[in-house]
Amino acid sequence: MKVGIVRFPGSNCDEDAWFAVVEQLREDAIMLWHKDHDLQGADVVILPGGFSYGDYLRAGAIARFSPIMQQVAAHAAGGGIVIGICNGFQIACEAQLLPGALLRNDVGYRSMPVTIRVERSDLPLTSEAHVGQCLTMPIAHGEGRFTASEDELDRLEDAGQIVFRYVDAAGQPSAAANPNGSMRSIAGVCNANGNVVGLMPHPERAMDPLLGSADGRVLFESLLATVNA
Amino acid sequence: MTVTPRVGDPIISPALIAEHGITPDEFERLVAMLGRQPTFTELGIISALWSEHCSYKHSRPVLRTLPTKAPWVLQGPGENAGVISIGDGLAVAFKIESHNHPSAVEPYQGAATGVGGILRDVFTMGARPIAMLNSLRFGSLESPRVRYLVAGVVRGIGDYGNCVGIPTVAGDIMFDESYEGNPLVNAMCVGILREEELIRAKAEGVGNPIMAVGARTGRDGIHGASFASEDLSHESDAKRPRVQVGDPFTEKLLLEATLELIASGHVVAIQDMGAAGLVSSSAEMAERGDVGVVIDTLKVPVREQGMTPYEILLSESQERMLVVATRGREEQVREILAKWDLHAEVIGEVIAEPVYRVVEGDHVVAEFPGTRLVTDCPSYTPEARESDAIIALRARDVHGIPERPEERDPAWTLEQLLSSPTIASKQWMYRQYDSTVRTNTVLGPGAADAAVLRIRGTTKGLAVKTDCNGRYVYLEPRVGGRIAVAEAARNVACTGARPRAITNCLNFGNPKKPDVFWQFKEAVGGMGEACEALETPVTGGNVSLYNESPTGTVYPTPTIGMVGVLDNIAHATGMAFRAAGHTIVLLGDLTDELGASEYLSRIHDVVAGAPPKCDLVSERALIDTLLDAIQTGAVRSAHDCSEGGLAVALAECCIADQRAMFGATVNLSVWEALPERAALFGEAQARVIISTTDVSAIREIAAKHGVRATVIGATMPPEAGLEVIGTKRGFTAAIARLADAYHGAIERAMARMPDIAPPAPATGVPA
Repeated sequence: MKVGIVRFPGSNCDEDAWFAVVEQLREDAIMLWHKDHDLQGADVVILPGGFSYGDYLRAGAIARFSPIMQQVAAHAAGGGIVIGICNGFQIACEAQLLPGALLRNDVGYRSMPVTIRVERSDLPLTSEAHVGQCLTMPIAHGEGRFTASEDELDRLEDAGQIVFRYVDAAGQPSAAANPNGSMRSIAGVCNANGNVVGLMPHPERAMDPLLGSADGRVLFESLLATVNA
Repeated sequence: MTVTPRVGDPIISPALIAEHGITPDEFERLVAMLGRQPTFTELGIISALWSEHCSYKHSRPVLRTLPTKAPWVLQGPGENAGVISIGDGLAVAFKIESHNHPSAVEPYQGAATGVGGILRDVFTMGARPIAMLNSLRFGSLESPRVRYLVAGVVRGIGDYGNCVGIPTVAGDIMFDESYEGNPLVNAMCVGILREEELIRAKAEGVGNPIMAVGARTGRDGIHGASFASEDLSHESDAKRPRVQVGDPFTEKLLLEATLELIASGHVVAIQDMGAAGLVSSSAEMAERGDVGVVIDTLKVPVREQGMTPYEILLSESQERMLVVATRGREEQVREILAKWDLHAEVIGEVIAEPVYRVVEGDHVVAEFPGTRLVTDCPSYTPEARESDAIIALRARDVHGIPERPEERDPAWTLEQLLSSPTIASKQWMYRQYDSTVRTNTVLGPGAADAAVLRIRGTTKGLAVKTDCNGRYVYLEPRVGGRIAVAEAARNVACTGARPRAITNCLNFGNPKKPDVFWQFKEAVGGMGEACEALETPVTGGNVSLYNESPTGTVYPTPTIGMVGVLDNIAHATGMAFRAAGHTIVLLGDLTDELGASEYLSRIHDVVAGAPPKCDLVSERALIDTLLDAIQTGAVRSAHDCSEGGLAVALAECCIADQRAMFGATVNLSVWEALPERAALFGEAQARVIISTTDVSAIREIAAKHGVRATVIGATMPPEAGLEVIGTKRGFTAAIARLADAYHGAIERAMARMPDIAPPAPATGVPA
């Protein structure tokens, strides 16, 4: 598997994604410079976390205009895998690769471990997990409140585009377990084809038990299994 | 060359000199150095460089007494940051710095730019920052103004560090009315580098170009250094324009560009343009290299037209660096910066002539002989005398203070202490800080006595912590200074790391007051003794004087930033109990000490008595015991006893991990001769609570080092609560109540709600 990680000015989880792939999975990763126009044959594109362009305007609003986003959009349109994590999720929403919007958290910036439940296991990102599986990993963001119209949310539910929800220790969504006020406890969504997924929590920070959780591994292993299939 | 005043420069009058914070004696010194009257530009330069903040004129002679050497110290004080070797060809650069006065008038930007400045100090050494810490002191959370400051400072720290992508992993926060009008905001940064990549801020090589790199220069922050060198007053709010504005996005670009620049080999020296901006960075680089420099202010990239040399030299616009490049490589330097959408312009040159010269095109506006601008600054040793009032406070018999009726149940007292903002969980703060980015954080905020980070590519880890109990220093500065170092070392050792070196941030009042200068001398003396005994030399830091406001002087607060090394990251040890059925062992002893405690302050509103004794031989033996014991794998958790004493430490071990809390049963009856409240809440030093599955191993190791090890109880399921048989009475407390008091107190205070639930019926059990 060859993973391309897009480096926007202000990306700061780009190296964490690189380490997750190279150090933990022992697969290939390359950094893709935002000013370039070439995905260099990447099977999977990761839009990493961070504060692209400082996110002074609206998270992800400027990064979507980076030159390389044209190639990322084309890759997605052709069925290629694109994963947006945190700021990458925001960028993917701004670029209309994913539905919905990520607004300012109801409680301000939050950095803490959360538990998310896998809602679909037939996607490139979740194929090795099972529906209902609970994964613990960190969040660290100020703008992660997933928002869409009620009609749009119903449509997303019907189409199976909700990939992850915030849940409590018993695996149930609740207001207390929802760290940012996301509608319907949504932590991650996919596009209609399921090849583009965005999520606010950081699986790339949960790859090694030494750091408290290795629950993110199953997602990266899913990507690997899909690419090798 | 002839120096001539610029057209429009104000006349150098006694009033103008005074406005620049220069005394008549200092002005004479300046005239003697120049052999003529200074120009307005030169007066501005001197006002910045001879400010307390830049010149350390009141602190230098005392600072020279601190130990600064050890075989592992690669760079001691005097550089952008200190550097120690940690083996495997790797080194750690670290430094702490204050941003107190800016934060007092503009908490958000003040704190944010404090973070930005200390980050630059570390990456200009060639180190990649891997962790941020912050040490904060505020007045009482009862005050709306204080809550405003807390909220702004925490948001400022978070927004800056989060955006740059450096985890904020540890720190310490205390609340006391002495900080009401003058909060302390000290930020520390830790970075890692390969030893051969270490670069210093020493101008070298005649003919090499001097380049301004990063953001353009604006009119913000002019005279920030002098502002930091005077007491805060009601007029201070009017100086808000002297506070700089931070741009963490530019900082992130500058960080990446700088590390790329250093790796490229095109530069010989780099320094942050921090306090006193361009003038201070260029003068200090010239002084370190003992060379001359010339700077042309017309070549400095500016944000607005019409800026004078005075303004350009003294601006403290953020996210700028001064670089000495290798001659002929200017274009390569520009290319690297351009990749990150940043500028680099040649603004001057290293010259053979021994002179510090500023020109504006063809016109010389300032010129100082040799490096005397830096080396000839005045130095003072003012009168030092202890305050009689404090001597009396220290002598007060605190054991005679009668108990409050509620204290019949020590569980009540314990809940009061756990909900004291100084002791309570700082979760409200650290949930606003990204602590896991860069994927090195093994033990983050709230998990251990110090934060632990792994070092990629090795089996090693790094433990980092800040500490200082200003109340101890206030009541007995020498002992307080010792304890600040000893506690920081103990915290680092509790995680399994060998304490290696410190950086310090010395926050004191006005040094011209004899009682303040006495505190300063004594506290630094105590610190030095502890650094010597624990083999943790000082590698640098910062002095912040004039921390005074109309409400008074802050507690003397010499904050210690400690760095320790774990040889095996697998040994990283947290503070929380890990399972029921483990044996609880106290390393160290109980005493009847009660002076200067959080108990007296919180329960009786008394700040008096002598702080606990600090025996450095015992501290060293305790650290050696801990490290040996942790390496055998027998230690499941380790937590030191500090504010709130043994009872608070035990409760913290039970409730620290909110996802897995435990109870405990503890028996202190072997200390039946001691007063109950001193045993439970006294703050005797050199004590650590560990939980273990191998008591005999612990006993053997402790005996080898001459440390008392007493089995005091066992961990239990949470339903059992915390049950303590005391020296007289004892108590049982429900874990959920303790957890609520501890984890919820600051959130409730910030939301202006009652601190804790109403007191429960007494559950005191006679011993």
